[in-house]
Amino acid sequence: MLDATPRGRKLVEVRNLRMYFPIHTGLLRRHTGDVKAVDGVNFDIYEGETLGLVGESGCGKSTCGRAVLRLYDPTSASIKIDGVELAWANDAARKIDVAARRIASRTSWGLFVGGTALVTIAALNVPALAGIGVGLLIIAAAIVLAVTIAGYFVTLNAIRTRRAAAAGISTKDFALTESELRRLRPKMQMVFQDPQASLNPRMTVAAIIGEPLSEHTKMSATARNARIYELMDNVGLNRSFANRYPHEFSGGQRQRIGIARALALNPKFIVCDEPIAALDVSIQAQVVNLLEDLQDKLGLTYLFISHDLSMVRHIADRVAVMYLGKIAELAPRDTLFSDPLHPYTKALLSAVPEPDPVRHDTAERVILQGDVPSPANPPKGCNFCTRCPVVMDICRVDDPAMKEVRPGRFVACHLHP
Amino acid sequence: MPDGAAAHKAAEDVPYVLDVRNLKTVFRTRRGEVHAVNDVSFNLKAGELLGVVGESGSGKSVTMMSLIRLLPMPPAEIRSGSVAFDDMDLMKISEEKMRAIRGARIGMVFQDPMTSLNPVFNVGFQLMEPLRKHMGMNKKQARDRAVELLELVGIPDAARRLSDYPHQFSGGMRQRVMIAIALACDPKVLIADEPTTALDVTIQAQILELVKELRQKLGMAIVWITHDLGVIAGIADRVMVMYGGQVVEEAPVRELFANPRHPYTRMLLETVPSLTGDRSDRLRVIQGQPPMLGEQPRSCPFRDRCPHAFDQCARENPMLRDVGRPGHRAACFWNAEGADA
Repeated sequence: MLDATPRGRKLVEVRNLRMYFPIHTGLLRRHTGDVKAVDGVNFDIYEGETLGLVGESGCGKSTCGRAVLRLYDPTSASIKIDGVELAWANDAARKIDVAARRIASRTSWGLFVGGTALVTIAALNVPALAGIGVGLLIIAAAIVLAVTIAGYFVTLNAIRTRRAAAAGISTKDFALTESELRRLRPKMQMVFQDPQASLNPRMTVAAIIGEPLSEHTKMSATARNARIYELMDNVGLNRSFANRYPHEFSGGQRQRIGIARALALNPKFIVCDEPIAALDVSIQAQVVNLLEDLQDKLGLTYLFISHDLSMVRHIADRVAVMYLGKIAELAPRDTLFSDPLHPYTKALLSAVPEPDPVRHDTAERVILQGDVPSPANPPKGCNFCTRCPVVMDICRVDDPAMKEVRPGRFVACHLHP
Repeated sequence: MPDGAAAHKAAEDVPYVLDVRNLKTVFRTRRGEVHAVNDVSFNLKAGELLGVVGESGSGKSVTMMSLIRLLPMPPAEIRSGSVAFDDMDLMKISEEKMRAIRGARIGMVFQDPMTSLNPVFNVGFQLMEPLRKHMGMNKKQARDRAVELLELVGIPDAARRLSDYPHQFSGGMRQRVMIAIALACDPKVLIADEPTTALDVTIQAQILELVKELRQKLGMAIVWITHDLGVIAGIADRVMVMYGGQVVEEAPVRELFANPRHPYTRMLLETVPSLTGDRSDRLRVIQGQPPMLGEQPRSCPFRDRCPHAFDQCARENPMLRDVGRPGHRAACFWNAEGADA
């Protein structure tokens, strides 16, 4: 946990992650714009480290976390987790993939409509078939469905292979399909913000923690129970609570259930999306300590998303600061907090009220004017130029690129060319 | 910025604008009584900002709602207590008189600016409503005053924005509108219940700055409820810490942060990681859960989680008593001073 650039293996590599949510307006629901929730984000996470992702509400940090696990289908991205490409290794692959998916879905629609028509005509017009009855019709319908689904994948793969060969890229560069993704899910898990909403109120604790086990493994019932108890021990839940329901627990304990569920399949990488935001102050420390203990014990890698800067300073090894869909600054924790480079980072840090009345009277504050612009209509140039206290002319024209200004320190600002 | 201790001293002979004594609020539920506020007493001097800190369920909001009689009764019932305000006892006056005070001489700002503004009326209407009801202004006067108020809370282009609806304002701006409404009738006391909790830190910083400015301009007394010790450290003159429906500690702000006496306050201050100070590898933890409110506690509510608890704590519920410096009171049998020495 030294404050140098961490060496070691990159477990997660995210390049040019974009997640646009389309806006449809008018009678025809035409696509008239996009909410650019995440707009070109790059970062790496090294094995065993915690990357803190901070920013204000609406800056895209949660969307970013979900897109990394492909809980959303990103607009564009290269996401490598443990060496496997989850999205598209390059832009050419993405374009081919998008086109192939479109053609494949049209083909399968065609097969479906055509097949249904054929079966209907046959049933009505061939007298020999009319007597055989309903059973055969059902079988025919099933065949049509199977052909439709198979048609989709056959077309998709055929187009992908042909076009990839033509463009000279490997088929491994394409985004994983749902079933391929599903096989990878055990490696990457998520802990959600609201433990009340992310636990099924009609399932017992044992059923919640055991669900990933029955979905992804072929454990026997005894092995499964043993694993559930082991997980409950790991997160500090009393074994005798196994048959209780989520509402019988307090917020902190519910979050422990959520953590146990995330750990069930021995993941390498966990996205923690504001895991402590819904908890009381005196309970937050318990959950953060638990997450740290588990990391030490199991060698986990975290993406820790939070708006609580002092908690991020405690738990993260490196910190990325997001503003309006982009990373403003990414640096090792100690240097980021002691010597922030980006004007937004400076303002954000100085806005955090410290529990120390003396410091309050002496500290110099940067009070930002105005509000965060809408991600559907971000300003031209640097996206912080509307609120930046040291804005220059170039900032309103040119969007600064993310640069490594010192080893391990990345900043996107014209002040640090 | 007023120094907490000095301001307290200077305000010593200022009369109380609000004096709450032995307030006890009970909710009657099917599973029995829930004692949400237990014997809470506090006072507020003119121009003073009292911070009320506590976790969810500690009774801080219910206390304030009780004293302005905003709780639905039943199920709530105010068992005992008196609230002296303006030579009246707010617990005894008629509902009609209470309505003339609420929103006029005691202003209120709530946590969520989205749900506390009415979405179907424009902001101007909602600002002018108290002015016309309580101050007897005509439409023209009320309108002028409304523009003045929006300018006071720093909303640009105020005259035009009067006809905008709440959804056309951002979260921070909406909270400014709420503050403007609360200030409309020049209240003597402003009760702010977690007014910045739903806001982002940079917007929170703007609102805190605004409140400091307004206090200097208008000089009203404020009760500021929050769970954020950082916010309290920045704006309060005096702090009251609540736990399990009762006040466990009360002190001028600098004194509280420098010499916390109640074990709960001490541990609470330690669990919050710092942004600038030393970084510890492990966070201090308060073991266990906050108490479930229920029957009137006959022992210290913090006993189960307290590292210093001894047999007396299980037998009796400690009363607030003076500790150390003037104005510093704590409800604890344990002698923190002895432990520090």
